[in-house]
Amino acid sequence: MAEMSGAEAFVEALKREGVETLFGVPGGAVIPICDALYDADIRFVLARHEQGAAHMADGYARASGRVGVCLATSGPGATNLVTGIATANIDSSPVVAFTGQVPTSMIGTDGFQEVDIIGVTASITKHNIQVRRPRDIPYAVKTAFHVASTGRRGVVLVDLPKDAQTDVEEIELPEHVELVGYHINPEPDERELDRAATLLAKAERPIILAGGGVVASNACRELLELAELLMAPVATTLMGKGAIPSGHPLHIGMCGMHGTWEANHLIPEADVLLAVGTRFSDRTTGRVEEFTEARIIHIDIDPSEFDKNVEASLRVRGDAKIALRGLTERLRQISKKRGEGWMRRLEKLREQRRRMEEEERGEGVKPPDLMKALRRLLPKEAIVTTEVGQCQMWAALHFDVYAPRTFLSSGGLGTMGWGFPAAIGAKAAKPQVPVVDIAGDGSFGMTENNLATAVEEKLPVIVIILNNRVLGMVAQWQRLFYGRRYFGVHLGGSPDFVKLAEAYGAIGVRPGSMEEFEEAVKVGMESETATIIDIPIDPEENVFPMVPPGRGLREILVEG
Amino acid sequence: MRMTPLNTIAFIVENRPGVLFKVSNMFRRRGYNIESITVGPLMDRSLARMTVTIEADGRALRNLIEQLRGMVEVVRVKHLNPRRMVVREMALVKLNTADPMAREEALRLVNSHHGLILDIDEDYIVAEITGSPGEIDSFLREAESIGIVELSRTGATALEKGELKL
Repeated sequence: MAEMSGAEAFVEALKREGVETLFGVPGGAVIPICDALYDADIRFVLARHEQGAAHMADGYARASGRVGVCLATSGPGATNLVTGIATANIDSSPVVAFTGQVPTSMIGTDGFQEVDIIGVTASITKHNIQVRRPRDIPYAVKTAFHVASTGRRGVVLVDLPKDAQTDVEEIELPEHVELVGYHINPEPDERELDRAATLLAKAERPIILAGGGVVASNACRELLELAELLMAPVATTLMGKGAIPSGHPLHIGMCGMHGTWEANHLIPEADVLLAVGTRFSDRTTGRVEEFTEARIIHIDIDPSEFDKNVEASLRVRGDAKIALRGLTERLRQISKKRGEGWMRRLEKLREQRRRMEEEERGEGVKPPDLMKALRRLLPKEAIVTTEVGQCQMWAALHFDVYAPRTFLSSGGLGTMGWGFPAAIGAKAAKPQVPVVDIAGDGSFGMTENNLATAVEEKLPVIVIILNNRVLGMVAQWQRLFYGRRYFGVHLGGSPDFVKLAEAYGAIGVRPGSMEEFEEAVKVGMESETATIIDIPIDPEENVFPMVPPGRGLREILVEG
Repeated sequence: MRMTPLNTIAFIVENRPGVLFKVSNMFRRRGYNIESITVGPLMDRSLARMTVTIEADGRALRNLIEQLRGMVEVVRVKHLNPRRMVVREMALVKLNTADPMAREEALRLVNSHHGLILDIDEDYIVAEITGSPGEIDSFLREAESIGIVELSRTGATALEKGELKL
């Protein structure tokens, strides 16, 4: 117990959680906190818009596995965080967001810059808390970090009325919190594991679908061990990319709307599907009735995902790492069916896909070639973030990833403008590794003002803009499904991104050939400031494969 | 006719401002239609018990219970076994009894449903009826011919029988 202000207690509580970096934008309702931060050894990264601050915290969290923290003032500061909060929460990224609030005596009076952010964020956070008094603050901070970083991770928002920051009272900093309604139970039920192992042992055509939960629980080694034991091909969701190294013989890539030829054929043909840490999003399953004939074993830390979108035969609630290890131990004791035909089927599909890729090879530099060239240039531990749309799907399909937490993308929300600030956050977490945002001109335009932050904070990320001068994915849908009636997609007014970069004091390059592109990436990796690489591409370019919306995975299109 | 049967869920929540909002917001967001909701504190006043009757069954109901269980403010949740629970609701009913015949009929009806007359004046009576939601429905059907001026129902509250406990 010590006498201090709420703001001082806040900063002390952050230190005890090990917070080193705080992303944010100050404002009237958080000035007392800024004042308390003045003497603290916590890096403050000033975003130019709160959405960017939230995405930076999210990128920091996904790259490091630690909690990302952002701070905004009340009212518009808080509402500007909303997209970032929703993005992080749907992808189960551990983020704690702090917002200022008008003094408690003014709450409910529509005071200046008052917004009911608790009400606004109730359905897009894992939990949210409004403190009332200074002594509540350390408890709320401890609760927030605990809830955000355990179980199924997510966002916790803490709303801090200004008088709770400024008032001085006896405040205790708790060592731990006791939440009567929050229990984490990572240990799966042994009998469920027995049943799952028995089912897997009998499978002739087993397949694994790895989601973001595998990455979140650091279960990639366990996943690979089980896959190799079962000789089960491993498909991933977008969030699961990186759970198994690209190039591994059992890796078949992403399934779903822009899934690979192999994954989209094998999943419907499998007889047992082991789904780990995935919520079976509609982008992953395609038409859900045709998703698979297989019996499904669903492992998830969050039982509210069971049977929500896809009905499972067996449900294993628990931590993915522990559950996968438990399955492997059991399966080592049981004799398994050997599905030679299944591996031959995989090889045949792989061969078909390679042949199609050969036939498709046209003139000029295509986005998939750029992805492959980028992969050759970057070290394996480099981190790639993506924007959303065509650029994202090209990256997901053609940029190989060898380690978890090195491919970061806004999956559930598909938030345009996410990749650039997320890259800045990732770079703050991992300053030693190159960080590259694979962007489109439309997405980049949504949060490009964060260039100021990247330059000022010396967070030298590389942004590769696949510049087609349209909102590419919408244009692709209009081209394929709406008779080329392009509406609202032309981005004629975009700036010259090279000049834009220079205006911010960053480096801007527009390569004219593959060699110049490679040179530009090398320059970016050596640079101490941000680098924008602007690459004009054909606006008619489509992302394939593609499953038309509302269709089954096998109805996969490989050309327009 | 209902397409989906009514089911009763009971749960214990932290008794704090905003919790009722968050719980009801979860029902709304996930698209569940609440038939009734009741809430009151437990002996330990830091906790409150809520009873919700809802049109949901099977997968949707199981999923709803897991969604509730996942909320930080929700301490325990249970789908109450319809065959092993007692469920009661109260209704306050104001009847127009200006006509002496109607008044006689109203008093008889309230008595036959073991209700109480809480207020009586020249033209109106206010009655309290307690029973299962079905019993209250049946009282109201009969009372309609007398003339219901105003109605306020509490919604169902429920406990399981015997050793069963939330």
